[in-house]
Amino acid sequence: MINPSPIEIDRDKGNFSYETDYEFDAGVGLNEEVVKYISQVKGEDEWITDFRLKALNVFNRLPMPTHWASKDLENIHFEKIRYYLAKGQKPSRTWEEVPDEVKETFERLGIPEQERKFLAGVEAQFDSEAAYSRMKDNLEKEGVIFVGSTEGLKEYPEIFRKFFGKVIPTGDNKFAALNSAVFSGGSFIYVPPGVKVSQPLQAYFRINAENFGQFERTLIIADEGAEVTYMEGCTAPKFETSTLHSAVVELVALKGAKIQYITVQNWSNNVFNLVTKRGLAEEDAEIKWIDCNIGSRLTMKYPGVILNGRRARGEVLSIALANNGQHQDTGAKMIHRADETTSNIISKSISVGEGCATYRGQVHIPEHLKGCKNNTECDALLINTNSRTDTFPAITVRGDDNSVQHEASVSKVSAEQIFYMMQRGLSEGEAMSLSVNGFVNDLTKFFPMEYSVELKRLIELEMEGSVG
Amino acid sequence: MSTTISEAPAPTPVGTIGDSATFNNLASTLTHESAWLKNKRQECWDQFQELPLPGRKDERWRFSTRLSMDFNEYRLAGTPDPDAVEACIDQSELVKNPLAKLVFVDNHLVATSPIADELKEKGVIFESLTDGIQNHPSLIENYLFGEEAHLGSEKFIALHNALTHAGAVIYVPKGVELKDPLFIYHWTTQEQTAVFPHTLVIAEANSTVNVIDVFNTSDLQLPAFCSASGNIYAGAGAHVTRKVIQNWSYETASFQSDATIAARDSQVKTIAINLGGKRARFENQLRITEPGAHVTMHSLTVSQGEQEFDQRTFQSHEAPDAVSDLLYKNALLDESRTIFSGIINVKKDAQRTDAYQTNRNLLLNPKADANSLPGLEIQANDVKCSHGATTGQLESEELFYMMQRGIPKRVAQQLMVFGFFEEILEKFDTDEVRDNIRNLVQSKFHQ
Repeated sequence: MINPSPIEIDRDKGNFSYETDYEFDAGVGLNEEVVKYISQVKGEDEWITDFRLKALNVFNRLPMPTHWASKDLENIHFEKIRYYLAKGQKPSRTWEEVPDEVKETFERLGIPEQERKFLAGVEAQFDSEAAYSRMKDNLEKEGVIFVGSTEGLKEYPEIFRKFFGKVIPTGDNKFAALNSAVFSGGSFIYVPPGVKVSQPLQAYFRINAENFGQFERTLIIADEGAEVTYMEGCTAPKFETSTLHSAVVELVALKGAKIQYITVQNWSNNVFNLVTKRGLAEEDAEIKWIDCNIGSRLTMKYPGVILNGRRARGEVLSIALANNGQHQDTGAKMIHRADETTSNIISKSISVGEGCATYRGQVHIPEHLKGCKNNTECDALLINTNSRTDTFPAITVRGDDNSVQHEASVSKVSAEQIFYMMQRGLSEGEAMSLSVNGFVNDLTKFFPMEYSVELKRLIELEMEGSVG
Repeated sequence: MSTTISEAPAPTPVGTIGDSATFNNLASTLTHESAWLKNKRQECWDQFQELPLPGRKDERWRFSTRLSMDFNEYRLAGTPDPDAVEACIDQSELVKNPLAKLVFVDNHLVATSPIADELKEKGVIFESLTDGIQNHPSLIENYLFGEEAHLGSEKFIALHNALTHAGAVIYVPKGVELKDPLFIYHWTTQEQTAVFPHTLVIAEANSTVNVIDVFNTSDLQLPAFCSASGNIYAGAGAHVTRKVIQNWSYETASFQSDATIAARDSQVKTIAINLGGKRARFENQLRITEPGAHVTMHSLTVSQGEQEFDQRTFQSHEAPDAVSDLLYKNALLDESRTIFSGIINVKKDAQRTDAYQTNRNLLLNPKADANSLPGLEIQANDVKCSHGATTGQLESEELFYMMQRGIPKRVAQQLMVFGFFEEILEKFDTDEVRDNIRNLVQSKFHQ
């Protein structure tokens, strides 16, 4: 019988920070002045300033969602957070122009120069502003726009303004409102009709200053028949006090377009990661979220797809690993708004030590629709005797010839499997991580190769010492 | 043989149920109640007054239509009309010769057919709530209102506990086996009547008992209110079966809150058949307190018109090596709505738990609305837990198969729907009851 003790895991992967002197610092706390300061520093148009100020009002009005969510949210002290820090540099175009200490941070995170060779463009966000963003020339020639949020709104308002804040309105939830008020950084991407971006676009986020909240804003628009894959990774150095990350990500897939959005989230375990992600899929379009949550103290993230056009397809594949002191509260939303739309949700969670993994989902098929289908599968694996997992799906179905199925199961690593592997000469730890990798394997095989390798390595690392 | 109670039933004060005067009048007539019970009722009444109606933000009422009701629209009804009583007694015959039965009309006990003397000598108790309270005060103090409800209807339970005096107390001593069912019938016959059926089942170690509650009405359009509660205490190794057939009028606001407490190696089966009510809320709590218990919870609902069935369940495993298995099936006609929300909660020490939860919804009309919120909260790692929810229509291939064998479409559809019910109906162990229930369920399709 395996009765492992809680895992000691290596939280030091991102545990480093550099002295950086920030040219612009909005100070601590949140009020109208702070919001105006951010807007002014960025040299934004008036409509954006108004948008921010309205959002601040909404944020102040909305209550915390603690009537259904974790009470841990009450530990966020909005008045102690820095909402904007920047070094004031313009986004650099080549690797050489990036300041050395910033470069060093990214080197440590493993975005080496050679990786750029096959990553089509890299947009790394160092605290609030994009430190460098580079695009391969041929993509630029095809008309692909890949810029930061500030640049996007300033230089391409005719493209981005139409959808900015439309998929996720300011009042969607308290944290979306917060982001709308103080957002900075993030990626704005536009792929013109018919352009298929063959290699994934990538961005890396990092929180460096203590007590700093990161509020990036991402908007990806794939025009008719376009295809794009976007990857983001996030990490933060370890500080004693809690940090807040609250992003808003909006995807728009027009007729026949395909967007795939991949996240590997590995914040250190003092970060509140409260993210709103939603896609709008028009006729025949497809939006796919691949979401891996390994770090953070509390993650609340429910990527969603609004299936707005006939035969649109939405998919969420999600893996969550919750270790001691972590709560991964993740899930998916599928809002069917047209006939013959289909959606698929596969969620796998692993709880280690005293970690808690929660699945929360929503599937909505209204009355006037025909031929919609949803499939939801949630599997949870519990490693230690004191691990915890919850599943709370919510399914509403009306209409004609619509069908949904939901299944969830909870299991543990089978003692026989471990015994079998051990008597073939594997150590208990190796056997355990092999089992866990087997559990997520049928999901990771859908991931791009480098991500599935990365994920396997991360899981092995997390599982180290989990038995014994 | 049932005895009709000829003398006038104990007078109940007539009054609206939201009014303190009604409670006070009732309390003054219940002179036989112990000080403990009197205090308890007062406490519950105060609680009822204080608690607000469930709010829009309450997760436990998610998807429910907003409740707005005036308790003063409903009243504790006076003595029912003798002809109506007669008709009710005549129809209180799900089986011809039950082991024993009690019949209540608008909270008034109108007929009883007591258990045989030899069972009484063995210590079996099957009495009306009023008699039970009078005759067995210590038993009542130990068990009555003992299990706290936490699934959202606290206000309605408090009201129930303050006002209930119709219902049954069932006690089966150690090792005594009652194979045949005991029946309790509750009827509503008067307009705006409020009824509070209470069923308390206490099964001592290794005993067997089988209870069937039937809720019925003399008029399917009668406006009425019901807040019912049933509690099962299954002792070590006890076998308890309880079925509730809810067939209130289509204008009834029905709240039903049941709880089961299962001790070591007990086997408990509950089945709910839900047909009536304008809106019917059904809360079912299970608490497994000792290892080895095996509990099944089944429910079958047919909703039609604009009915709303709102079902909330909670399976709590506090001890290891126990099994609980829940299956709730809903067939939705017309523009009706159903909500199923269930939680399996496995506590830290409840290793080797097997807990299952399944909700199946059959949409028979595009305008019907099925909501499913199956939930798991697992704190132990060596468990087998799963939940599944499906919502769909009749399988078109199956329909096609039957039609090409010469079965007309309408008949084929009906066969498939009845097949959907059979999984629950087959759990009824005696043919007589099963056939009667099957007819009752199927009659909903011929209206």
